Amino acid sequence: MAVTVRIPTILRTYTGDAAEVALVEPGDTLGSALAALEAAAPGITPRILDDEGNLRRFVNVYVNDEDVRFLDGLATPLADGASIAVIPAVAGG
Amino acid sequence: MTVLANTAPPDTAADQPAFGNATGLVCRECGADYSLGAAYSCIECFGPLEVAYDLTGITREAITAGPQSLWRYAPLLPVAPYAGSEPNLHPGMTKLVRADNLADALGMTAPLWVKDDSGNPTHSFKDRVVAVAQSAARRLGLSTIACASTGNLANAVAAAAARAGMGSVVVIPANLEAGKVITTATYGGTLLAVRGNYDDVNRLCSELIGDPITQTWGFVNVNLRPYYAEGSKTLGYEVAEQLGWRTPGQVVIPVASGSLLTKVDKAWRELTSLGLIPEGDYRVFGAQADGCSPVARAFADGIDVIRPVKPDTIAKSLAIGNPADGPYALDAVRRTGGAVGSVSDPEIVSAIRLLARTEGIFAETAGGVTLATFQRLLESGQAARDSETVLLNTGDGLKTLDAVADVVGPTAVIDASVSQVHEALATP
Repeated sequence: MAVTVRIPTILRTYTGDAAEVALVEPGDTLGSALAALEAAAPGITPRILDDEGNLRRFVNVYVNDEDVRFLDGLATPLADGASIAVIPAVAGG
Repeated sequence: MTVLANTAPPDTAADQPAFGNATGLVCRECGADYSLGAAYSCIECFGPLEVAYDLTGITREAITAGPQSLWRYAPLLPVAPYAGSEPNLHPGMTKLVRADNLADALGMTAPLWVKDDSGNPTHSFKDRVVAVAQSAARRLGLSTIACASTGNLANAVAAAAARAGMGSVVVIPANLEAGKVITTATYGGTLLAVRGNYDDVNRLCSELIGDPITQTWGFVNVNLRPYYAEGSKTLGYEVAEQLGWRTPGQVVIPVASGSLLTKVDKAWRELTSLGLIPEGDYRVFGAQADGCSPVARAFADGIDVIRPVKPDTIAKSLAIGNPADGPYALDAVRRTGGAVGSVSDPEIVSAIRLLARTEGIFAETAGGVTLATFQRLLESGQAARDSETVLLNTGDGLKTLDAVADVVGPTAVIDASVSQVHEALATP
């Protein structure tokens, strides 16, 4: 099982400027995938999760184009080939 | 008569600070400092970046001697002193309308005002934010201004770019009101209609930041957002100046992203700390549509976490299901003793008609949301009838004709005959 994670510009210092990271052993959920991402790009996950391990207030995470706040948050299940996107929240207008 | 000429920056431009009294960007969440640039998100915590200033020596006299546009407040904005002389739409200084008829209809015993921002060049308050963002784009060497928009911003960006001879790229949800799509397309530039809702559009634009194709673009409400958002303060400055340098007792502000509400509050706090207005106890109220009310829900639930929603309302200019400034809007509302309410689509339509019938102001759906919410807040006792109130009308009803098209029409359709006029006007 493999998933891909799209990395926002401001976090690419952790990925050697790569815009996308492939995880071959992401586990079954978004939470386990973020742990795998940390192993692949050390230091990146504390930028996405707060000290309590929750998603930071101003970061949006999508699994297959759906905001995980509409799914099960970090417990959102991942299927093989899933696409994860991490995007800074911006207000609109 | 006001002549709006496009003039080149003065020869002394090089000697003047590119961003006026702004000193840097600072994260609202963790306080990390950044230099002034095309950045919007803290690399430490993703918190939004906000402009920091060194504001001193600003006087009422200097402001009132300034131009009849938002550029009179240039020293309070992240713009060069000469920004107002560069090609732009010169928005701002819209009318503050005393709304006595509406006050009577609502049973108000204190004065009621409508700050009518439909009087801006593209008929919404978005001309304000774009003017400031456009100035930042110039300073940062960006030749194209871009945006994710629910419609009003689309108009403002396309028009401002046209006037300045800049490129524009406007990204909108494909299901916007026809009026907003047609007007934007008429101003020219690139207009991309995305199959999806506003939150999808916003996400797409966020993902485009860093893509090589956008290297010379400034997304006014993404990577130029710290500058853009400051433009909303000018609505607050104007209300205070037009009331005779003071704040009202209550203000009701439509909430989409939550930015406008937080910036009006910020404007009044700035004017107070600069000694330009007396310390005043004002209450800030937020207004949303039931079909997209994540901030109102969080307020009602007494929490500060905004749970995103999928918007479903006729108030498309407020249809932001994941409002990033929502927590700050809640802070301002709670700090001042206000509230955030929401109203149904039929209430929005009724309020549009009430404002038009009583004051001759045809508001877009967001204005209907604002008035209808104020009515609700009066009924519930959360807002007071004996407190001077300003309602912000942020856009023009001509852009959202569909909202009322089914409920209004001719009194009668007749032949060109005097007797038929009598017949049509006869009381049944």
